[in-house]
Amino acid sequence: MTAMRALGWLPRGILLGVLAFAVFGPLASLLLWSFAEAWYFPHKLPSQWGFRFWEHVFRPTGRAMEALGMSISIALLTVVTCLAISVPAGLALARGRLPWRPLIMLAFLLPQAFPSLPIYINVARIFYEFGLNGTVAGVVLVHTLHGLVYAVWITTAAFAAVDAELEQAARNLGASALRTFFTVTLPLAAPGIVASAIFVFLESLDEFTGSYFVGAPEVTTLPLLMFTASMAGNYQISSITALILLVPSIAFMLVVERFLKPDVLSKVGA
Amino acid sequence: MEGRLSIANFTKAFEFYDRDILFTFVIIGISTALIGLFSVAIGGYLVLGENRTAVAILAWFYRWPLFVPFIVEAQCMYMFLAKNGLMNNGFVALGLVDIETTQSLLDWRGIIITFVWKQTPFVALMVAGAMAALDRATIEVARNLGASRLRILVEIVVPQIRPTLIVGLILSFVTTLSVLSVPLMVSGGTPTMLTVDMAYRINAFGDYGVANALGLISYLMTGAVAWIYLRETMRERERT
Repeated sequence: MTAMRALGWLPRGILLGVLAFAVFGPLASLLLWSFAEAWYFPHKLPSQWGFRFWEHVFRPTGRAMEALGMSISIALLTVVTCLAISVPAGLALARGRLPWRPLIMLAFLLPQAFPSLPIYINVARIFYEFGLNGTVAGVVLVHTLHGLVYAVWITTAAFAAVDAELEQAARNLGASALRTFFTVTLPLAAPGIVASAIFVFLESLDEFTGSYFVGAPEVTTLPLLMFTASMAGNYQISSITALILLVPSIAFMLVVERFLKPDVLSKVGA
Repeated sequence: MEGRLSIANFTKAFEFYDRDILFTFVIIGISTALIGLFSVAIGGYLVLGENRTAVAILAWFYRWPLFVPFIVEAQCMYMFLAKNGLMNNGFVALGLVDIETTQSLLDWRGIIITFVWKQTPFVALMVAGAMAALDRATIEVARNLGASRLRILVEIVVPQIRPTLIVGLILSFVTTLSVLSVPLMVSGGTPTMLTVDMAYRINAFGDYGVANALGLISYLMTGAVAWIYLRETMRERERT
């Protein structure tokens, strides 16, 4: 009986193994290259391991640290710009009786419904005339355009999930509209807003196409640095840069699952 | 040309890039088909799988690529699929291929593999969610009547989650159509995808005319897909 069961695991195990190799193989290659000091044909694994290239990347005067700082500043500025638009917009879309509400929601979705590259090249051309090309402000604006989809949709859902009766109770007890918003509505919607901010932050951190057309070569973000290093055949530097980009994505996604509650998710797009 | 409307840019776009237009359409088409196939298989196993351990293992690792940004993934595949990359090294170690005959997959195949790797978990997540929400009664009845699991998947489960599957595939189609980093890094040669051509027209010649003509062609592809979607939803409404 046990032999039969073990035999039953054979095809299943092989299939799962192949899938696991397909999923984790590419990621393993990244990890191996970032610690490989020498890896030549016909060696199947690196012949020399070490942290030499990590030191190179994390050297305070290195271009990677500069690019990391630039990427984080741009991402934070993008989050602030997005929230400045999405919090009032989300509140209005969730609470107010706006005519054309579905149309407004759709308008924020449009950049996502079409291939974005043709939009970016034209944005880059318009920005060039305003002197925004190659500036941090220009890159932040492009990232905001991209991030607004997540920001507005998730924030609207977060406000819609707040029980309106709680707000009415606060108003009946004599609180002003502003006070009600800051002491009742905003704290209750905060988890959803934080989740949208994390999405926007990550999208900005990993954004390549928009930065490539609007920012390069004056503004070097981490993805642009990775691309340049990779095209120059510098596998170690590009792998380490890629790992730096990968870690926050995975860490934040684990956090997001705790912030995005089912009651908010069920209101997305509703 | 300045200040005059003409279709010269389109003529030029078709003259120079007709192969790339076809190439883009074929690459994205094959990728989307494979993504649909794999996501239904994964979703189906998660819902119909009888071995709990195997289901739990699959559920744990299938969504990892979802969290990996396109640019990082392009870099991974660039090294993984190379002639002396980890994939070929693994095959050689297992004795599947000879070390002399390994070949690089960094061409159209690499682009397809990369797109499928990245987008399958996204569609599978949507499909698995829809499948889990289905009424299990019909599935149980079919199983009691002796239908195989594959038959249940194809004849009972998939028809019911069709709308979700189509929305997922359209979103994935549009996403892959506008990715620049993957074709740029994974496949250097010609023919290549329209995104690379657009970037080239602008960076090399400052030629916004032809670049925008190519952009419009990629929009027409999106439009065609959106039309399929609308027709599909209309048909659904008529049925109910």
